[in-house]
Amino acid sequence: MTGLLTILILLGITIAIWQMVKIFDLAQANRDTSQVANNKDNSVNAYLMLAFLGFIYFITIISFALWGDLPLVSNSASEHGPEIDRLMVISMVVIFIVQTITQFLLHYFAFKYKGEKGRKALFYADNDKLEFIWTIIPVIVLAGLIMYGLFTWNDIMNINEDDDPLVVELYAQQFNWKARYAGADNVLGMANVRLINLDNANILGLDESDPNAQDDIITTELHLPVGRPVLFKMRSQDVLHSAYMPHFRAQMNCVPGMITQFAFTPTVTTAEMRLNPDIYQKVKNINKIRNENSKKLQAEGEEPLDRYEFDYLLLCNKICGKSHYNMQMKIIVETQEEYNEWISEQKQFKNSLVQN
Amino acid sequence: MSAHVDNHTHEDDHGHHHKETFVTKYIFSQDHKMIAKQYLITGIIMGIIGILMSLLMRMQIAWPEKPNAIFEALLGKWAPGGVMDADIYLALVTIHGTIMVFFVLTAGLSGTFSNLLIPLQIGARDMASGFLNMISYWLFFLSSVIMVISFFVETGPAAAGWTVYPPLSALPLAQGGSGAGMTLWLVSMAIFIASSLLGSLNYIVTVLNLRTKGMSMTRLPLTIWAFFITAVIGVVSFPVLLSAALLLIMDRSFGTSFFLSDIFIQGEVLHYQGGSPVLFEHLFWFLGHPEVYIVLLPALGITSEVIATNARKPIFGYRAMVASIIAIAFLSTIVWGHHMFISGMNPFLGSVFTFTTLLIAIPSAVKAFNYITTLWKGNLQLNPAMLFSIGLVSTFITGGLTGIILGDSALDINVHDTYFVVAHFHLVMGISALYGLFAGVYHWFPKMFGRMLNKNLGYIHFWVTAVCAYGVFFPMHFIGMAGLPRRYYTNSNFPLFDDTQNVQILITIFALVAGLVQLVFLYNFIHSMFYGKKTVKNPWRSNTLEWTAPIEHFHGNWEGEIPHVHRWAYDYSKPGHDDDFVPQNIPFKKGEEELQH
Repeated sequence: MTGLLTILILLGITIAIWQMVKIFDLAQANRDTSQVANNKDNSVNAYLMLAFLGFIYFITIISFALWGDLPLVSNSASEHGPEIDRLMVISMVVIFIVQTITQFLLHYFAFKYKGEKGRKALFYADNDKLEFIWTIIPVIVLAGLIMYGLFTWNDIMNINEDDDPLVVELYAQQFNWKARYAGADNVLGMANVRLINLDNANILGLDESDPNAQDDIITTELHLPVGRPVLFKMRSQDVLHSAYMPHFRAQMNCVPGMITQFAFTPTVTTAEMRLNPDIYQKVKNINKIRNENSKKLQAEGEEPLDRYEFDYLLLCNKICGKSHYNMQMKIIVETQEEYNEWISEQKQFKNSLVQN
Repeated sequence: MSAHVDNHTHEDDHGHHHKETFVTKYIFSQDHKMIAKQYLITGIIMGIIGILMSLLMRMQIAWPEKPNAIFEALLGKWAPGGVMDADIYLALVTIHGTIMVFFVLTAGLSGTFSNLLIPLQIGARDMASGFLNMISYWLFFLSSVIMVISFFVETGPAAAGWTVYPPLSALPLAQGGSGAGMTLWLVSMAIFIASSLLGSLNYIVTVLNLRTKGMSMTRLPLTIWAFFITAVIGVVSFPVLLSAALLLIMDRSFGTSFFLSDIFIQGEVLHYQGGSPVLFEHLFWFLGHPEVYIVLLPALGITSEVIATNARKPIFGYRAMVASIIAIAFLSTIVWGHHMFISGMNPFLGSVFTFTTLLIAIPSAVKAFNYITTLWKGNLQLNPAMLFSIGLVSTFITGGLTGIILGDSALDINVHDTYFVVAHFHLVMGISALYGLFAGVYHWFPKMFGRMLNKNLGYIHFWVTAVCAYGVFFPMHFIGMAGLPRRYYTNSNFPLFDDTQNVQILITIFALVAGLVQLVFLYNFIHSMFYGKKTVKNPWRSNTLEWTAPIEHFHGNWEGEIPHVHRWAYDYSKPGHDDDFVPQNIPFKKGEEELQH
């Protein structure tokens, strides 16, 4: 019933707008509405063009002022992060300059050269020199950006196995993440989803006869020691997922049937990051919002929201099904000692199997 | 029937007032002008559906937990108690994308204006094959119907995103929408591709063979260049999507393993072995990226024509404009990998695609600068079509510039699949192409229906839309740069993003206003079709050939001989002429020289 009522209301609103437009239309019966712009139209719309330019600048400034703290451009927590951030800032500055100038020219010309009856435009069809200039300028600017970008990209993607990275497998499934540490030998045991055996709790399909697999450790939280390179090997058991770790400027798809990889070195522990003034401020702000929302919820007799505390996160960033929006894993960056302590408390694979 | 479509070699042949029944005139018509109108109206209907879906999504994102009576009314069992189901949210994402990209901005835009303008602007009596043209439309219609029907199947419509990456799209076990809904999606798209290919072949053949006397390639209006090159891109890339769709059908229904391997789902190991989803990504984006330009180039072509006509100036740098269309078309086929930087493909390949991708910014920049220079010292007639064209240049620049970030593999790592991407492609291809479509409708409405739209309603339509489009997509960049992934049914599981929620609400309000103001356009369109002021033959005082044809439509376009062409399409405000325009069919005066372009 409410459904029908809502449809009727929506229909009513549509008809009301329709009728208003119609009245507006009919009220102009005697005016010139023939779609050909006259001097007055040109003049009014020319000023609106100028106002619109103002609006574009306004919304740019407002956006930067209100939401410009841009977590993805500052306070990265990995070694390669600042490199990406620097490139991002340079690109944004270039974009900002070009945007400001071209939008000005476009709208200002639209204002300045508004049509007047009887005036003739300038017949100006070509200027090779001018066109050459604005072909070559983007070429130079882009060449610079491409070079910079490619060096950065190669730095990030070239995985150097010589500096003894910690090997961790990220394992994706609908709709959660698991991490598998390689254990004392730092070599991951062989695995394939065909070997999954839910009866004895071999949930990631490890080869039970592989010696390298015996000391592997499977966890539902990702702990990383600060300052040590980590080499992630990604696997998925069902559909495409994407391991997205925005604070570390890291992302790689998890593809069923193949192993993908990404490496980075975390540089800031979770504890240190929580004390970072920017992050501290952000968390405070978020908690203010959550408090207000909690008040509203409590007024309606519902549970208040938990207090937010900063944590690094691994998110799924490739559409993967119904609960895609809630596929996450906490990442904790800690000192080597804390990490050692934590890992020693985790069960090794050989001990995690259920014997029937 | 196609026998009476004239080749311009017998120009003494007259236009035909042959007997037409209601069915042959309005339904199974072979007249390109009627087919154009059919495309436009089908496109508008699909557009209404697509836009409505986006508004439902926006309401869900802005107010995720609250029961919403509108959801209950429109989504029925998918929104029990007015709370939207998470699966149907993904279905809305998927079908909105599919409908807008293919059915509105490919068929609705290219289908409408290629059909309307190619014969009229090159001086032909109809398309090379009116029959194929008719088939092309009806296949499009059929695919539209199937796509809409997919919303009514038991397990829901396709919900794997418009890119339908397997295994999600291949396995009904992974998602309800990957059952019958996905089958209908694939069937609909296969038919759509057939329709598009028939249309494109027809456009190419017509442009190459049926130009009137004097209409050399270098005298073609830029609209025709854009439609022509678009058709070429379509013919090159659409078949690849068809093959991807067919292989996916094989994997889904016949047990092959082209895209699937080593899958454990819902407690069972599937038999698939040796395939790779990355292969599908390559095949998909081999069309998927050129598709962006299939959508965009016709819009830019329309803009070139509308800006030159209403600036009363020649388009600046005609040669450069043609060259940049060709360059964009060529480059568009070798940049698809920038959608796959983090797909697991070799990083070296990533650097190659970064290089080619940033190259494409150069011809795009040339086009933008040339549009701006065309405005300089013009005598701008700011009618609604002109406003939408200027609006297009503005969003094309804003949206295009952020492509520099996304095309750069190192930066893409971090903003890939976030709202930053959503903002980028909506501005540069969604809004820009939509503006191109609107500009085209406002400009050629008199040609299509013999009547004028109400310009004041047009002004309201443009200004509200323009403000809302920036209101929606500009702030969206910032929530993207806060790291918020797209395609999340709700963001409330991530307190990290709580401070972006007020932006989401602002965006939704802008989107709702933008949606409502389209009603003004709809009213204007329908009302003016029947009651609009009658037009004169050449209302914009334009140079191109379509305005030399009579207002009244009949199969064959021109009574008597097809006009001959003596000059390019852009002799606006040429010194030595009294009027500020010289149509293409006017011979040179004594001593007048053709511009060397």
